[in-house]
Amino acid sequence: MVHALILTGFGINCEEEFAAAYRLAGAEATIVHLNQVLHGQVSIHDFDILNFPGGFSFGDDLGSGVVLANKLRYRQNGPDGRTLLDDIKQFIADGKFVFGICNGFQVLVKLGLLPNISGDVTPEVTLTHNASGRYEDRWVTLRVNPVSHTPFLKGIDTLEVPVRHGEGRLVIPDAATQAAIESAGLNCLTYADFDGGPTDVYPFNPNGAALNCAGLTDPTGQVFGLMPHPEAFLSAYNHPDWARRRRQNPAASEEGDGLKIFKNIVAHIAQKNTVTAPAVQLANQN
Amino acid sequence: MENTTHTIQLTLKPGQHDGDGQRVAEAAARHLGLATGRVRSAALYTVRYPLTETQLSDFATRCLADPVLHDVRLNEVTAAPGFATYILVARRPGVTDDEGTSAQNALADILNEPLDVHTQHIFSKKLYLLENDLPETDLRRIAEELLGNKLINWLEVGRVADGIRDYTPRPGGGAEAITEVISLTGRTDAELVQLSKENIYALNLEEMRAVRDYFAAAETQAERKAAGLPVDPTDCELEIIAQTWSEHCKHKEFSALINYKDLETGEEKQVDSLFKTYIKDATSEVDRQLRANGNDWLIKVFSDNAGAVRINPGSLFVWKVETHNSPSAIDPYGGAITGILGNNRDPLATGIGGARLLFNTNVLCFGNPEFHGQLLTGQLHPRRILEGVRKGIEDGGNKSGVPTVNGAIVFDDRYAGKPLVYCGTGAVMPMQFAGLDSWEKKIDAGDRIIMAGGRVGKDGIHGATFSSIELDETAPATAVQIGSPITQKLAMDFLMLAARRGLLKCSTDNGAGGLSSSVGELAGISGGAVVELERVPLKYPGLRPWEIFVSESQERFTLVVEPGKMAEITALGQEMEVELTDIGHFTSDGFLDVRFDGAPVARLNMHFLHDGVPRKILEAEWTKPTAAEPQVPAETDYTETLLKLLGSLNICSRESVIRQYDHEVKGRTIVKPLMGATGQAPQDAAVVRFNFESWEGVAVSNGIIPRYGDLDAYDMSAGSFDEAVRQIIAVGGKLPNLTPGDGIFWSVNDNFCVPDSVYDPVSNPDGKQKLAKLVRMCEALRDATAAYCIPLTSGKDSMKNDFKADGVKISVPPTVLYSMTAKMQDVRRAVTSDFKQADDVVYLLGETHDELGGSEFYNLFGELGANVPKVDFEKAKALYNLVGQANDQNLIQSCHDLSDGGLAVALAETTFGYGYGADIELPETDLSLATQLFSESHSRFLATVAPEDVVAFEQLLGDRATRLGRVTLDGQLTVRHAGQTVISANTATLRAAWTNGPVNKLLGVSSSTLSH
Repeated sequence: MVHALILTGFGINCEEEFAAAYRLAGAEATIVHLNQVLHGQVSIHDFDILNFPGGFSFGDDLGSGVVLANKLRYRQNGPDGRTLLDDIKQFIADGKFVFGICNGFQVLVKLGLLPNISGDVTPEVTLTHNASGRYEDRWVTLRVNPVSHTPFLKGIDTLEVPVRHGEGRLVIPDAATQAAIESAGLNCLTYADFDGGPTDVYPFNPNGAALNCAGLTDPTGQVFGLMPHPEAFLSAYNHPDWARRRRQNPAASEEGDGLKIFKNIVAHIAQKNTVTAPAVQLANQN
Repeated sequence: MENTTHTIQLTLKPGQHDGDGQRVAEAAARHLGLATGRVRSAALYTVRYPLTETQLSDFATRCLADPVLHDVRLNEVTAAPGFATYILVARRPGVTDDEGTSAQNALADILNEPLDVHTQHIFSKKLYLLENDLPETDLRRIAEELLGNKLINWLEVGRVADGIRDYTPRPGGGAEAITEVISLTGRTDAELVQLSKENIYALNLEEMRAVRDYFAAAETQAERKAAGLPVDPTDCELEIIAQTWSEHCKHKEFSALINYKDLETGEEKQVDSLFKTYIKDATSEVDRQLRANGNDWLIKVFSDNAGAVRINPGSLFVWKVETHNSPSAIDPYGGAITGILGNNRDPLATGIGGARLLFNTNVLCFGNPEFHGQLLTGQLHPRRILEGVRKGIEDGGNKSGVPTVNGAIVFDDRYAGKPLVYCGTGAVMPMQFAGLDSWEKKIDAGDRIIMAGGRVGKDGIHGATFSSIELDETAPATAVQIGSPITQKLAMDFLMLAARRGLLKCSTDNGAGGLSSSVGELAGISGGAVVELERVPLKYPGLRPWEIFVSESQERFTLVVEPGKMAEITALGQEMEVELTDIGHFTSDGFLDVRFDGAPVARLNMHFLHDGVPRKILEAEWTKPTAAEPQVPAETDYTETLLKLLGSLNICSRESVIRQYDHEVKGRTIVKPLMGATGQAPQDAAVVRFNFESWEGVAVSNGIIPRYGDLDAYDMSAGSFDEAVRQIIAVGGKLPNLTPGDGIFWSVNDNFCVPDSVYDPVSNPDGKQKLAKLVRMCEALRDATAAYCIPLTSGKDSMKNDFKADGVKISVPPTVLYSMTAKMQDVRRAVTSDFKQADDVVYLLGETHDELGGSEFYNLFGELGANVPKVDFEKAKALYNLVGQANDQNLIQSCHDLSDGGLAVALAETTFGYGYGADIELPETDLSLATQLFSESHSRFLATVAPEDVVAFEQLLGDRATRLGRVTLDGQLTVRHAGQTVISANTATLRAAWTNGPVNKLLGVSSSTLSH
């Protein structure tokens, strides 16, 4: 069984659908308040994948994800001065996975876990206010960068998902960083137009992101984050055009596109776990 | 050396896009006609906390600044060269500052030391630098009309060359914690009334006399002496009575005895309480019929914060809709956000508490946002109210993680004084928490009173009484409340967990009237309470005891906890960072007993407090308004008319508003406000599933048609009810109680918002007519609930929606909103409005009558007309049953209800989802062409049926379905009548007219960005 840890609390608000996604993908999902992790009642190391859901952590008052990232980086838990970021670095070094959606993606970027070209976990890019200046809920089409190699996106070519954010515009400060991202294919998801090509045209690209980029991985492919919400498209009936599509194709699957990402990573971890040691015994957090 | 006050300024690095600054420049040009030149925005933080220079620098650069975006300046407030003037937007003392609080959180984390987050150490501000050297008056206009609200913001403006004036609030330092005694004995009637007005008690003479008599009674005197209270009432006691007896809390006019005369028929009758006669009794009758048929899903009505119905053996659906009009008139953003958050607290604190919020809806009534006339003193521009309210809903819903799935915006100039802001919230609650029925509120003497969530300040003092009077230019600043969605989110997460662990006995929300209201009402269950006010945590010192008790500071719940569970619930609160304070206990001695530092500040007989208010006797007189049908020129080509209607204020697209609300967080929204491949087909009702394990869900609709009330308030109310019902039928819902034990719950909230309807020969000469309208609205409500067998479960009335200034009164038209929810057995069977496939056959379901009165069509000509649409409940019900049967057989491919703009507008809207057109032939009837196209007759649908299902469909529907034509691939809408083409338009053109309407334009969304 694959074990997914989903953080919540302090304004995070997409934890339920995140957990539902893992359950539908055949994994066990545990929702845990961030303080339970910070205070040592739950260890991330008992899980296979650490998840940062969307929402408005700490109200996004200082910029999306900033206060939460700050807490993970600086708050020392226990007498040894260890931070949760120290644990996350260890978690990744152990070959495990980290996934952030929307506000969770913003946290990973502001922490420097994405794109992490340098490997020293310092912020290299940022996510800020949409070019439109407004929060928007609308559906977009994403194209997977064929150069990228993260197991989350294996076998996926395009993907329809909703965006729901006000601060999703990726800003890359310099040409060198941009070149490094592109050459490694870390810009794993691109906003696409009707023809499937990358686009900077609003509203297909809803926020004006650099490289028309909707999501990033780190060089290992173990850390993945994106602005749009695959966990909001678990059922075909979430899509705004579901009724017409089902009329055209009544036999189509009732699963939503978004579920593919979860099935991918769960299958990948399950396979990895069968060839390595069995998973450690779990604390029951329900 | 440590310095205790520091300033951190963040500016964008050169070359970074300054969207905020750009928007200010654009808005100044567009709305105020002022040329600012370039505008640069900067964030300022004032830190009043001892920090070394290194700590300050680390905090600024590592926590506050984004290394990619920002330059940091420490302890200097300066401007880059090239900017002549500035505007500083700070907050007034005591105003909620979430950004400052978050910064404090960050500071505590980087210092790795505990830092009391409830004391404000960091104050956030915004600084705008303007290129042009504008005079101070222009800067003030930009500051006050675009950037801040004088009631909550401190605004500094000036020339950069003169130095930028900073401002940091110093809250507190107000009154000492003393309690005054106010003697009522010997006061004349005029003096009693004057006292009520001066202290914003909002009590009338008779009520003031009742209060005086209570305190003068020998029995009261004896009790007070024994308890150590002064002979005369304390300020706290009068405030408690005023709050408890406020119209807002006591619904005195809905409970009044009304003498009603119909001057048309000569009929006279006495109505013994509108609420009892038309709402409570009507629902009891519906419940009787439901139960007789094995439908026993009505669990809790009218008696709690929200109504509750059973979804299935394991869970309840909880539903509440409220208004927040007065606060939104003076501070639109704050009024709307506290409206949303406050309404969220109702289902959250129903029964034991801890329901899981499922969705929000909102319905808004505004004046024309393109108003160009002179505003009255204290009146905000309707555009500003719209934008502020919209932003409040965005933050209130989005930041709480509750999807806004449905809503409406109605424009009418009579809402320019007070807007109407209706907020609705649906939630799901397990039938039991830890073995106890979740919907019950049980309290025993000895149970502890726990305040949970935010702290108490001067915000919102007198909200309950203030909303019970008409607004004028002297509206008090303390009536404004600022919401903090993040504070409430933490409290909400806590409440859900505490309930599931069995730690709560019950709970209620702190809304209007604050602790006075919440504790006062809960004490009614056990029979009394003792409150120790000095324990209540304050945002800042300087509140008097009565202020602490009635303050409406937001994001608070009152919890009832058994003494043995205190340790566990306190630990959970600490873990989840929610402040819990034990402020007293419940008793059964019949008194509400309030103390401060051991000294009594109030002791009131519960029976007097809750039942002592004198009953009102009101007069109502109905005269039918004189109205006539206008002569409107008959056309042969109505294409232009249709385009005009689609672009009109009340019909045009609201996409720019809708998309700024998150309508799909939680991943359960199945029918959203806009659907189709284009994402631009408007839908009639939302459909939301309850969870990921089953396909059960709920349909949500809103019915509101205030303009019909100018012709007949009865028909307006009946039509609004029918509109909400037919919207649910359109998306595939079914009427309740059709078959024994079918379990199809319906839960409806009524919300009446009317102008002052109490007759006064001088100040309200048409009060009797206004009250008669209210009576007629209620009569229609009773008839509708009986006809459809649909119960009301909760509701609200807001009685004084008038704005008075400069000798002018702006009164809202009598308005009622019916907010409906109905169970959907399988959300996959939901029907959306847009055409699905070419060659599907288009039908009009229901009957069209000569009913253009009050229509949007007449409105194009500035006419009202006379023939207001009427509801034939029996026919409507028969049709709705047949539509339900057709849906059972999967015969309907699309269904759209006919409302504003009639058949023509519905036809256009159903093409917006994909690009299909339609080829339509109107039947030969007695009705004029304009009537067929634009009449707004109720209980009608535009439906499509696949060619292979036509026979079965026509057999089922019979003459209730009129075949109009078919869906086409060519993207052309063609309507013919009597051999002539009467409408011919490309559907892309129609959609562009709709999307480029005034609402999207006003909010700055251009056509190129919307149509694709």
